[in-house]
Amino acid sequence: MTVFSSFKLSLTTLGANKKRSFLTIFGIVIGVAAVIIIMSVGAGAQSLIFNQISSQGSNLIGILPGYSDENGPPASAMGVVVTSLKESDAEALAKIKEITAVASYVRGVDTAKWQNQSIDATFVGVTPGYVDVEEIALSSGNFFNEADNSSLARITVLGFEAAKDLFGEQNPLGEDIKIKGISLKVIGVVEKRGVVAFQNQDELIFLPLLTAQKLLLGINYISMIRAKVINDAEVPFALDQAKQMLRERHDITNPDEDDFSARASAQALDALKQITNALKFFLAGIAAISLIVGGIGIMNIMLVAVNERMKEIGLRKAVGATEKNIQQQFLVEAAVVTLTGGVIGIIIGVLFSGLIAIVANYLEYQWDFVVTVPSILLGVSISCLIGVIFGWYPAKRAASLEPVEALRHE
Amino acid sequence: MPRETLIKLQDICRDFENDGVVTKVLHHLNFEIKNGEFVAIMGPSGSGKSTLMHILSFLDRVSCGQYYFNSEDTSEFNDDKLAALRNKKIGFVFQSFNLLPRTTVLNNVILPLEYNGAKDKKTAAEAALKAVGLEHRLNYFSNQLSGGEKQRVAIARALVNNPDVIFADEPTGNLDSKSGAQVMEILVKLNEEGKTIILVTHEQYTANAAKRIIKLKDGEIVSDEMVAERTDVKNGLVK
Repeated sequence: MTVFSSFKLSLTTLGANKKRSFLTIFGIVIGVAAVIIIMSVGAGAQSLIFNQISSQGSNLIGILPGYSDENGPPASAMGVVVTSLKESDAEALAKIKEITAVASYVRGVDTAKWQNQSIDATFVGVTPGYVDVEEIALSSGNFFNEADNSSLARITVLGFEAAKDLFGEQNPLGEDIKIKGISLKVIGVVEKRGVVAFQNQDELIFLPLLTAQKLLLGINYISMIRAKVINDAEVPFALDQAKQMLRERHDITNPDEDDFSARASAQALDALKQITNALKFFLAGIAAISLIVGGIGIMNIMLVAVNERMKEIGLRKAVGATEKNIQQQFLVEAAVVTLTGGVIGIIIGVLFSGLIAIVANYLEYQWDFVVTVPSILLGVSISCLIGVIFGWYPAKRAASLEPVEALRHE
Repeated sequence: MPRETLIKLQDICRDFENDGVVTKVLHHLNFEIKNGEFVAIMGPSGSGKSTLMHILSFLDRVSCGQYYFNSEDTSEFNDDKLAALRNKKIGFVFQSFNLLPRTTVLNNVILPLEYNGAKDKKTAAEAALKAVGLEHRLNYFSNQLSGGEKQRVAIARALVNNPDVIFADEPTGNLDSKSGAQVMEILVKLNEEGKTIILVTHEQYTANAAKRIIKLKDGEIVSDEMVAERTDVKNGLVK
């Protein structure tokens, strides 16, 4: 008996038991669909992350306090407070020839109030270099300057939405808002910028760095330095210079003892890619467990089918089927069941992933719809493989039945 | 024309073991069946006639002794060789028909051909169905047929590989006397055309349609005689 005729036969048998066949493949459908959806959503989320990061520009160097591996995140990214980075470091970096602008950052979250309005806002203390580093423009008013910073001026620049939330249609310029009981005069509003690196830039409230450090936070360290390099080609050189300079300033001789992490934005992308890939495959692995559960379901049903078709097996043996013939018949049947489930699962998975991409794009995320051919092939072959693996035992059992016993079975 | 020996049993026995208890079903049987014979095997329940038929038809193996089929000792044949023998050399007719449900008459008859790579399966199956007078039922499902028709499909299935011998295990047991007579008529006709027929039955009238009757009791042969006056199945099976 050829594989093809086994295949035809299995279609007939499965067609004759439509309801049961459907229930059998259900587990496989869900498993394969889950794997496809997770892979696709993972790739979509990855594209979203990359689009976000690269929207910051590729000629930036970021410096965070605390040591990190080449590609791992530094401790400060996990919320650990490290105080090793100072504003004086940023001032020193500004002297590197290839670096055109430097900004230092501190950050806090508190309630901002104006008259009866109040919002929970993230306030960012930055040096005036921020305007050049992040290439922002103001829709009205001015950004603060060096003199404002060094004099701890009680002034603020609002993000587009922060201004809207607090002042509505009114002009915020010249008004005083309060954060932590400190009055800050609004001197400017930033143009609408949207979401960059997962932070809605329009909800931020900007203060001079020293004002934020001394008056609001009571700290003397900074949480990040960003430096802009003259062009992409000079980024590696500038990065090396910056590292050397910081080591000198911090009295570090062994690079393994760095108390800071300096990265180019491109390098950060690589690190993110590794992390998100690991996450994606981890989730797909979890989804794959459901495939195993589905496979066990198939084994169960196949065992029932072997019992139910005992007489048929006996008859087939009586008219000349060898053990191999019978085994092949049941294996092909299991493979056809799982393959059908796999194909249905792929269709559902692709449709669902497409739907997620459409919704995400509708919500103005830069979400790519990614379903790769390998992931489809993987879905097909895994589902087929599961049929063969979990069909093996029932098929073996069917094949090894004694013809007399099988024929006598009622 | 001297006939060749088709089946030769030499001192065969069959024991079954159940939880360590050995039951002897067949005790050292010896007999021969020649090509073209029509043999009925008779005996009460538990006499071992079914076990004997299973051994003769390669569905079961002997516990001791030798079984020669076409002068070949089949005792040591492996699964593949036995399957090939069942496929090519013998045909089965069962009491309970054993047709595949939800399968057409034609495909039921094609079934044995599926296992030997025969060409022109459809033509061969149609010819076999014509021989049993069912050419008008080719595309019926097996469960749409009457009992007599089902058994005739089973005979067509047994014939389709042109076997040396047809085993019929109580072929009329589930049929009314008219359908039973029709089935027996076909078997008699096949025998007249040269096929060896081995029939297992417990009805004397049915057995009398054969030419020779082997009677078993408690796993031993109690008589092995030619039939003096054969039943003419055309007159029906009940006296």
